[in-house]
Amino acid sequence: MILLELFWTFFKIGAFTFGGGYAMLPMIQSEVMAHGWMTSTELVNFIAVSESTPGPFAVNVSTYVGTETAGLAGALAATLGVILPSFIVILIVAKGFEKFQNSTAVKGCMSGLRPAVVGLIGAAAVSVGQTVFFPAGVSLSALLSVSCLISVAIFVLMIILALKKVHPILIILLSAAIGIAAGYLQAA
Amino acid sequence: MEQGKTGKEALTGMKQEKKRTKLLQLFLTFLKIGAFTFGGGYAMIPLIQKEAVERRGWIQDKDILDIVAIAESTPGPIAINSATFVGYKVCGTAGSFFATLGVVLPSFCIIYAISFVLRQFEGLQVVKYAFSGIRAGVLALIIKALVSMYRQCPKGVLPYILMGAAFAAVAFLKVNVMLVIAVCAVIGLISTIAAKRRGAQ
Repeated sequence: MILLELFWTFFKIGAFTFGGGYAMLPMIQSEVMAHGWMTSTELVNFIAVSESTPGPFAVNVSTYVGTETAGLAGALAATLGVILPSFIVILIVAKGFEKFQNSTAVKGCMSGLRPAVVGLIGAAAVSVGQTVFFPAGVSLSALLSVSCLISVAIFVLMIILALKKVHPILIILLSAAIGIAAGYLQAA
Repeated sequence: MEQGKTGKEALTGMKQEKKRTKLLQLFLTFLKIGAFTFGGGYAMIPLIQKEAVERRGWIQDKDILDIVAIAESTPGPIAINSATFVGYKVCGTAGSFFATLGVVLPSFCIIYAISFVLRQFEGLQVVKYAFSGIRAGVLALIIKALVSMYRQCPKGVLPYILMGAAFAAVAFLKVNVMLVIAVCAVIGLISTIAAKRRGAQ
């Protein structure tokens, strides 16, 4: 039963994601967190793990959630689920690719989907922001706490580096180093 | 008669042999692509170009543009879309299967192995500190992805409305993400058809 649920949940995630990488985040947030398979903090931590290991984010996260929930069989069920929609659709589309690409139906749907995905990633970013800056809930005292200020400082620095096209893995390593230094300084 | 038959059989045998080699090559090539792409998605495209166009000659440069276009307009992860598509072009449905299996296998194995140690690591104080910094860095990466997707997005009154509505619906009203995606696709479709009709008149 749990295997079927894993398969079906990740099938939905695969079927409703358009565009690569973080476009998957809104669906994963809503589906995986709703099942209680991952907390918001665990998900954000795992994004960093996924960025630092090879392979697509979708496969990484389905394998991880599947393993954590139901072992190897769970990993297989979840990963199969996330792969299957795109596998099937591409097989159908590959023959008449140009006809598909130029059809009014596809163009029309995409013209609505593209901006929607931007809005959805924006919403995902707000939720991740809450997890990063206010892990214990939004409040004025949390905003003025040292740990929140450190997070803000790291965030601002990293966004400058990210927009300058510094490699994601380097950004993760730098953030980790600053996090460790700040943590021990605060404890001392 | 007899000779002709064996000749034909030998030919089919050779064809099968060739197909088997191609399937193995597809599997190994995409295994390599899966093992050396960090971050997935578009990071995979240059590697596919190098392996499938330059090294193997399976597809042409213009096919790469097709792959990007098709990956963008079909659901699912870009890595899976492109592996399935290239596999199909080279060797039909069996090709799709082996290319996709290849691209998935490295990350499946690595994450499966990591999942056993990750929880234990997360308990360490130094790792906790590291992750508290990393989470802020991850938010920066998400914002960067958001900015680049915004830049590629069509601009205009309707796109801005859809963008804002999708954002508000999920961020504040907690509307189901799938519903938002479906509704926006339908609105895009209707507006495109309406624009076409106006153009025709």
